Amino acid sequence: MIKSLPRYILSFIVLVFLQVFILNNIQFSGYINPYIYVLFILVLPFETPKWLLLIVAFALGLTIDLFSSTIGMHSSATVVMAFFRPYVLKIFAPRDGYESETLPQLRYYGASWFLRYSVFLILIHHFFLFYVEVFRFSNFFSTFARAILSSIFTIILVLISQYFYRKDSRL
Amino acid sequence: MRSLLNFLLRIHFLLLFILIEVFSFSLLINNNNFHKARFVNFTRQFAGNYYQKTTKLKEYLSLAEENQRLAEENNRLLNIIESTYKSDEIFFRSVNDTILNQRYRYTSARVINNSINKKHNFLTLNKGGQQGLKPEMAVVSNGSIVGVVKGVSKNYSTVISLLNLDLRISAKVKKNGYFGSLNWNGEDYQTAILKEIPLHANILVGDTIITSGFSSIFPEGVLIGFIKSFEEKAGSFYEIEVDLSTDFKSLDNVSVIGNLLQTEIKNLEQETENND
Repeated sequence: MIKSLPRYILSFIVLVFLQVFILNNIQFSGYINPYIYVLFILVLPFETPKWLLLIVAFALGLTIDLFSSTIGMHSSATVVMAFFRPYVLKIFAPRDGYESETLPQLRYYGASWFLRYSVFLILIHHFFLFYVEVFRFSNFFSTFARAILSSIFTIILVLISQYFYRKDSRL
Repeated sequence: MRSLLNFLLRIHFLLLFILIEVFSFSLLINNNNFHKARFVNFTRQFAGNYYQKTTKLKEYLSLAEENQRLAEENNRLLNIIESTYKSDEIFFRSVNDTILNQRYRYTSARVINNSINKKHNFLTLNKGGQQGLKPEMAVVSNGSIVGVVKGVSKNYSTVISLLNLDLRISAKVKKNGYFGSLNWNGEDYQTAILKEIPLHANILVGDTIITSGFSSIFPEGVLIGFIKSFEEKAGSFYEIEVDLSTDFKSLDNVSVIGNLLQTEIKNLEQETENND
């Protein structure tokens, strides 16, 4: 855990940069805005204490907020996602549980498991985020469509990212 | 205490989550104008609804008080409207005449109590001393005789009706001026008896009887009624049955006639009597 900490910090910084300086500037037709930074929460180790999960999520969200001047918006959504992560992990747990020394990543549990797990959490995050952004339930379906489309793109990006990890990486 | 701590420890994840979410939302609302506006809008609406509801409830709880207040208000308004208010319309229809001295003043009044079936009938009028009524004023209705004011209170007065055996009126036959004393017969509210008309007076059934003006109460010429029948009584006088022109059963608006010179006449008569 401790020795992988620098890598997590690096991954944190890389994801924030990617999100803030590249993805935030890409808005396909005003509807789609993928949020890749949630990957950081997705791939945290199984053993991460729950309270730490919430705090890390808040820190990550707040960092994104600070760069995109939407204080509180991403942090609240990311914290919601982190809150649901342990329950989602429990729902999708393999019959004999998660093995130690493994991470919630595609290469350990397969594309099918990872897809279900990430889709669930990304949808939670995106719906929460988009509805907090508009802060109303009028235009419900327009917001719904935006959340769905952005989720699809985020999921695609998250899946692609999974193939960038080196085979022998312990991250 | 221990179990409470255990409980808090058990739900620390949920508590922390709620704490961070609340914090995030407070950041969101305090740092984003749009969200702030929405939030303030929402809370204002919510508060508005809440206040409306509580006000409704409070109103319901204070219904008794409100009813009381409304009843008082109603009474106040009822006291103001015309029908319950004694209008202080100009009481005397005076004419400021520099050549002729005005002798009689007229006041309109309404009969608020009346009787015809006793031997001593009285009326009550809705005006009294405050409106200038005094005892010994004449009361007429459409120019025909009703009675004489007897007692006066602040806002009301009682009138001796002509249908009262105590009232005697000085009356005369209009066409020739023979005068006598008129008195109710005590039975029929439409008939009075005129006495002391001399036998040589030429009278016929249907002749008009009016007030003589000899008393200081009635002006001369107030209509009393018409001769119904007459007969000789005690050798030298007629006793005439007079059909009264006033319908005492349907009296409503009357005029009260004040004789401005009444005091003067009375004083003079008093003086003359004393000198004898």
